[in-house]
Amino acid sequence: MNQAADSADYPSHPPLVAGRTSKRWLISALLTTFVVALPVFSVVYLAFFPDENIWPHLIDTTLPRYLDNTIRLMLGVAVLTLLIGVSTAWLVTMCEFPGRRIFEWALLLPFAVPAYVIAYVYTDLLNYAGPVQIALRDWFGWTNARDYWFPEIRSLGGATLMIGLVLYPYVYLLSRAAFLEQSPSLFSVSRSLGHSALSTFCRVVLPIARPAIAVGLSLVMMETLNDFGTVDFFAVQTLTAGLFDTWMNLGNLGGAAQIATIMLSFVLILVTLERYSRRRQKQFSARDNRQPVYRFRLSRPLRMLCTLTCTLPVVLGFVVPALVLGHYAIEYFAQSWTTEFVRTALNSLFLSSTAALTTLVIGLTLAYSRRLHDTQGMRILMRLSSLGYAMPGAVLAVGVIVPMAGFDNWLDGLMGDWFGWNTGLLFSGTAFALVFAYTVRFLAVSAGSIESGLQKVTPSMDMASRSLGQSPGGTLIKVHMPILRGTLMTAALVVFVDCMKELPATLILRPFNFDTLATYIYQFASDEMLSHSALPALIIVLAGIVPIILMSRSIGNSRSFQ
Amino acid sequence: MRMKPVASALLAFLIMPLSAHAEEEVNIYSYRQAFLLEPLLNAFTEDTGIKTNVVFAKNGLAERLAREGRNSPADLVMTVDISRLNELVEKDLTASVNNDTLTANIPAHLRHPEGKWFALTTRGRMIYTSKERVAEGELTTYEQLADNKWDDRICTRSGKHPYNIALIASMIAHHGEADTETWLQGVKDNLARRPQGGDRDQIKAIAEGVCDVALGNSYYYGNMLEDENQRPAAEKVRMVFPNSDGRGTHINISGIALTKSAPNRDNALKLMTYLSESKAQHIYAEANTEYPANPKVEVTGVVASWGELKPDTLSLQTIANNREAAVRMVDRVGYDN
Repeated sequence: MNQAADSADYPSHPPLVAGRTSKRWLISALLTTFVVALPVFSVVYLAFFPDENIWPHLIDTTLPRYLDNTIRLMLGVAVLTLLIGVSTAWLVTMCEFPGRRIFEWALLLPFAVPAYVIAYVYTDLLNYAGPVQIALRDWFGWTNARDYWFPEIRSLGGATLMIGLVLYPYVYLLSRAAFLEQSPSLFSVSRSLGHSALSTFCRVVLPIARPAIAVGLSLVMMETLNDFGTVDFFAVQTLTAGLFDTWMNLGNLGGAAQIATIMLSFVLILVTLERYSRRRQKQFSARDNRQPVYRFRLSRPLRMLCTLTCTLPVVLGFVVPALVLGHYAIEYFAQSWTTEFVRTALNSLFLSSTAALTTLVIGLTLAYSRRLHDTQGMRILMRLSSLGYAMPGAVLAVGVIVPMAGFDNWLDGLMGDWFGWNTGLLFSGTAFALVFAYTVRFLAVSAGSIESGLQKVTPSMDMASRSLGQSPGGTLIKVHMPILRGTLMTAALVVFVDCMKELPATLILRPFNFDTLATYIYQFASDEMLSHSALPALIIVLAGIVPIILMSRSIGNSRSFQ
Repeated sequence: MRMKPVASALLAFLIMPLSAHAEEEVNIYSYRQAFLLEPLLNAFTEDTGIKTNVVFAKNGLAERLAREGRNSPADLVMTVDISRLNELVEKDLTASVNNDTLTANIPAHLRHPEGKWFALTTRGRMIYTSKERVAEGELTTYEQLADNKWDDRICTRSGKHPYNIALIASMIAHHGEADTETWLQGVKDNLARRPQGGDRDQIKAIAEGVCDVALGNSYYYGNMLEDENQRPAAEKVRMVFPNSDGRGTHINISGIALTKSAPNRDNALKLMTYLSESKAQHIYAEANTEYPANPKVEVTGVVASWGELKPDTLSLQTIANNREAAVRMVDRVGYDN
């Protein structure tokens, strides 16, 4: 059902809770948001104390270029990820073609490849000394780089392609989940009313899936905005590059925090606009699992086309990088395979799963509190709690250090004064700091998808459950969580893989002698010795695959098909 | 409520790394990769029994140190580029070290006047030329890079990279801002492509025929010669010691500083002196083909084969002071565009 409320003041549904129990949810949501938003507030706070005013210089020189590049990069990535993500999600959900069952999960694979790794791989393949150009030179008898033109991978276009290829799975994942959750009868009704398949897709399927697609796209946009590795490697001057320049070269952390704050507002505006544009929509789906979906049976050429459409992103975004990494991993295996390496892999695994679980619990708390109290205030809280995602990791790391080290030193002073104890730094520089940073950073991912999932559960479920005597918490555990199983798993999966790949915050916040796979790759990559980091890069990719396949299966199983 | 023991066990595990304080150790925040330090630190642990702990990051460690304040576990900061060391001094995070061994081993121009940092190695900012397309002696100074002759023939990494910023800062010290800006504009106009990649990529670009001239630190060339896959590219390229007949080649340093809050001060001092002595200085030079900061240590191996480096004796402090001017100049010229 897609009910557009006729007038704004018409209450959508009665409040889901009343009385004292509601307070508990409200307070826990408030507290959580406060803690999670602290790092972001710290950065905003830093922005008030720049060493000097950077703006006259920036506006005179580089700012127009930064803005121009940033906007073009974001637009490019948005178009690319929407095209690939939505179309493939629709194809694997609704059409029958060779390899469909494999593509269901295979389309997620590029997600396991960090953007900085794919950038490295393609540079290696497509630069002058790479196999592609060598073959071309042999073929045509060219002798050096001045004899011919070859597209420059280290460019804005190259960066758009690289980032788009590894980020489209966000859109794919969320749109597929949305398509799966749509009641098949909607589609049948539209068709029986005379709409073509395409028209039904555009007028019924897409609008209903829009909240989910928007969540996916906004995640993509935020990751694009805060990407530093790829744009730095490709020498594309975006706002992030300007931010780091102000921080590292001009030594002006406050100025850098100002740029970060502006980037934040940029994201906030985008998200608000999207929400505003569908402010009058409310949708609930009573998911009907009994009614099977009949996938389209297509003609042979169309089936081939479907297979091709789904093959291309998988090959470009996953198969090619994996092959190149595999090649190097074998060549440099002896240098790469050490006991230290195994410990590193375990560190990554432990941190990422802890963080995935934490964000899941917090995300669920926040999203459900919002369902219970659908007020303007709660909506703002939700937005605040997910701001960490829009910030470059290194800046967020500083935002984590400020309150955390402040708290540690405050506690140390207090304990010293009262009991003569020396607690030192309790949390700073521990794995806890990392899990906290990951939670702050990736809460947007889990909270966003859980929220959009919850929105589609009709309130009558809550009402029925409550009237049968369940508490709000009981309703969450016994009703919503089973219904949302697929969504919850998706959320956890995405956060897990994201944490495995996280680099800049990990570098700054980690304890002594502590490596994750990402930092392990980086120490070689940053010394222009990327081939040595192929093995850990490959492991990150492979470690991402297993949960991807498992979870994709369980998402698919949530609905019966024929 | 049965979650509580589980939760507290998890929390204990998460914050555990801090409680391992029993043995003799020294804690290092490093802007240099752990694998570069490993041979040195292993030798140190073997000789002294003191364990070393490292956190490596390319940025943010100064902020972390500052915020951790008096309770910071870090004893030492190891870094490359004079500006980084200077930043630590400016933020008042480093302690003065007055140690006879260190002052004897490290020449005065390679350490802070009050001992707030010490250089451990130096590296030259070299000019690389194509052996085929540029004659020996055709290009010998940084100043000549702005010459029309090299139009569309030069490759460099980003003008904003600390190594290029330091070079530009040294040009400002020698020629003043106005002349340096004209020079930088000249170099920009001569670029064969938009600045990109690292120093090795510029050397490779010469081998590939994209350009004939490049800038890069000496050890990148040395490391390429020692890597089987990269040697063919390096062998097509000649390394030039710029301004050898004049003021000397611009050098930068890797260095070390003691933190104010150092909890293991004695061990930290032991490591500092150890790194300035000949054994460690040799390892440094051999592992990363850099020049030892200790003049009594003889240069060996591939570095020695390049011949004598005549360093520009301009004070490193001056270079650090000109950094901001250099950064803004790069923006004004639009060097990276």
